[in-house]
Amino acid sequence: MSAGSRVRTAALLAVAAVALAGCGDDGGDSGGDGGGGGGAAPALEGRGPITFATGKDTSGNMQKLVDQWNADHPDEKVTITELPESADDQRNQMIQNAQVESDAYTVLNLDVIWTAEFAANRWIVELPKEEFELDQFLEPAVETGMYRDRMYAMPVYSDGGLLYYRKDLLDKAGVEVPETWDDMFAACEAVKKLPEAKNIGCYAGQFDKYEGLTVNFSEAVHSAGGQVVDESGKPTVDSQEAKDGLNFLVDGFKNGQIPDAAITYKEEESRRAFQDGNLLFLRNWPYVYALAGATDGSSKIAGKFGVAPLPGKDGPGVSSLGGHNFAISAFAPNKATALDFIKFFASEEAQRSNLLATSQAPTRQALYEEQELVDQFPYLPTLLASIENAAPRPRVVRYGDVTAAIQEAAYGAMTGETTTDDALATLQTELEELTAE
Amino acid sequence: MTTPTLPPTVGGNATNSPQRHGRLAFALLSPTFIVLALIILYPLVSALRESLYRREEGLDESGFVVEGDRFVGIDNYTEMFTGDAADRFWNAFFNTTFFTVVGVSFATVIGVAMALVMHHALRGRGFVRASILVPWAVPTAMSAILWQWIFQADGIANEILNTQILWTTEGFQAKLAVLIADTWKTAPFVGLLVLAGLQVIPNDVYEAAKVDGANGWRQFWRITLPLVRPALLVAVLFRVMDVLRIFDLPYVLIGSRKESVETLSMLAFDEANQVRYGPAAAYATVLFVYVAIIAYTFVKLLGADLIGEARVRNRETKRRKEAVPA
Repeated sequence: MSAGSRVRTAALLAVAAVALAGCGDDGGDSGGDGGGGGGAAPALEGRGPITFATGKDTSGNMQKLVDQWNADHPDEKVTITELPESADDQRNQMIQNAQVESDAYTVLNLDVIWTAEFAANRWIVELPKEEFELDQFLEPAVETGMYRDRMYAMPVYSDGGLLYYRKDLLDKAGVEVPETWDDMFAACEAVKKLPEAKNIGCYAGQFDKYEGLTVNFSEAVHSAGGQVVDESGKPTVDSQEAKDGLNFLVDGFKNGQIPDAAITYKEEESRRAFQDGNLLFLRNWPYVYALAGATDGSSKIAGKFGVAPLPGKDGPGVSSLGGHNFAISAFAPNKATALDFIKFFASEEAQRSNLLATSQAPTRQALYEEQELVDQFPYLPTLLASIENAAPRPRVVRYGDVTAAIQEAAYGAMTGETTTDDALATLQTELEELTAE
Repeated sequence: MTTPTLPPTVGGNATNSPQRHGRLAFALLSPTFIVLALIILYPLVSALRESLYRREEGLDESGFVVEGDRFVGIDNYTEMFTGDAADRFWNAFFNTTFFTVVGVSFATVIGVAMALVMHHALRGRGFVRASILVPWAVPTAMSAILWQWIFQADGIANEILNTQILWTTEGFQAKLAVLIADTWKTAPFVGLLVLAGLQVIPNDVYEAAKVDGANGWRQFWRITLPLVRPALLVAVLFRVMDVLRIFDLPYVLIGSRKESVETLSMLAFDEANQVRYGPAAAYATVLFVYVAIIAYTFVKLLGADLIGEARVRNRETKRRKEAVPA
């Protein structure tokens, strides 16, 4: 026993010493940087080597472009820092870096929905608007880089939702590609009369409880003429339009037009259902086009489908915007080099090479109209229409909480746990709290 | 029972006073304690401190976040137990407890059965053992993805059961999916530890029982189980502490922020993800205290000094071995 107690005393002493040291350390690092804001964008200065923090470079094309840049700028070399694959983990690492004011990342590859949060926390610096030829870029994409009318991030990749449909079945049933929800469900009824399509599901998007649900919910609300958050930043999900939007999804499930299994769909599950021939209409991103058209046997519908803009309540629908913007960390040196590097990545040449290598949508309008590219990616004109008509997801500082609240409300209503009215009333209250200043 | 005393390491020499002895022990042990303090106690204390703060969330008039941390005392805790976040917390608390109680029970029963099979398998013994251990070797996140394929709407589970259950949606089926995947993965761990326990039970005990006319069932309850108890308790204790911290399986298999399977770890992670480190640290601290209480009670009630018992038993077997050649 006595040996035990002596050991314990030793442990306590050691602990106390460390704890004291810890407390001493923590006192000093308070006192913010202050300043910032007001007036024109402050000049970005300093040249030299920089780093570029991004998600996985799956195609290897980023490295190729960076090599090209490094060959031309031997004194301002760029190093790629690959972050984890999941978007949440990327955001976490960037935030942790920003909170210790580390200069490890210079240029940040941000998801479009993170701009407000990063800008409001002063983790990224304002960019000089006039130095980019913004009029040559898609306006909705440029909007995603703005916070309070100032530009914080340059759109490099864009993304918009498309309606994939079974061309063979629509032709056989003699119906047009629908532009409204009613047309779409009517077309489905007609197709279901065909013997080979008796059990086909009408429509699906991404309805599992994750970011994809926020995308689909926002699209439904916008496509019914409503808004999730209006221009002045006030939430408006208690409007009749928002109810119509959510009801499109809720009734779809109730009436069996959206198959029950769709409540478990993320992008890949819904793509597989469409590829296996179990869905007539599918809302998804452009990446599906190549996979659904694969002729190696992985897709049962190769050559049998087409793409159209999303349908809406009384006319064409409104897509949510995806994509990535580049921003400059507030804590890294050599910001002038970083600015040049972003311009290089946003150049027409770089964007063309990115499109060809990764089929990720560019942000420059001209590329959507280039015949050679359209031949290779036949969905480009439809995607252009989708993005031009798109609305961003709510641009709010506390986006993480906002998207969680939206998912909670939409998922509850779609699974029948709450009514549309209750879900939206709760959501409205929550969003008002989250966007209050 | 004899009270365990430290074996005399340097003999009973009178020149070695107890004080000298203690100082030497202290000097020799202190590097270990310093390292332990650095990697265990410092983070612990720092998390405790963090849990008393909250980040400012307001915006100034030009749209920038007002910076700085605010000392909020135990607000993060009161908020958790009785405030707006209380429902979510108690739900997560219930889920964590539910997974622990039910999951560990499943794993224990199946694990013991596995151990008995591994112990008795005569032919292909090595093969049976290796194949039972495969699930334990698969990383949890990876096994979660495998089970996700099994449980998806058009997956094998529905095919075999001939049902249309949407396993990954909210509801009891989500809990069940997690339990099945967890049991599949962790029962082999229990099995392995119990097997080790089985192998040290001397055969003569069973022979004696057979002579006395005890049947297999009686042998299991009266001999196997009591003798394998120390090993089994260690296995169960490890499992309990593991499941209390369960995160990756429900997170990957079912998804985040789903009420049916949200556990305390997931709650802490989610808060940290929203850059609310204060409340996140508070959740983590509560989880830590919960784990500590459970582990302590477990050892007190069931373990009855796990280590001491093992030591006594060791000495007894040693004595018996020494007695044999004499």
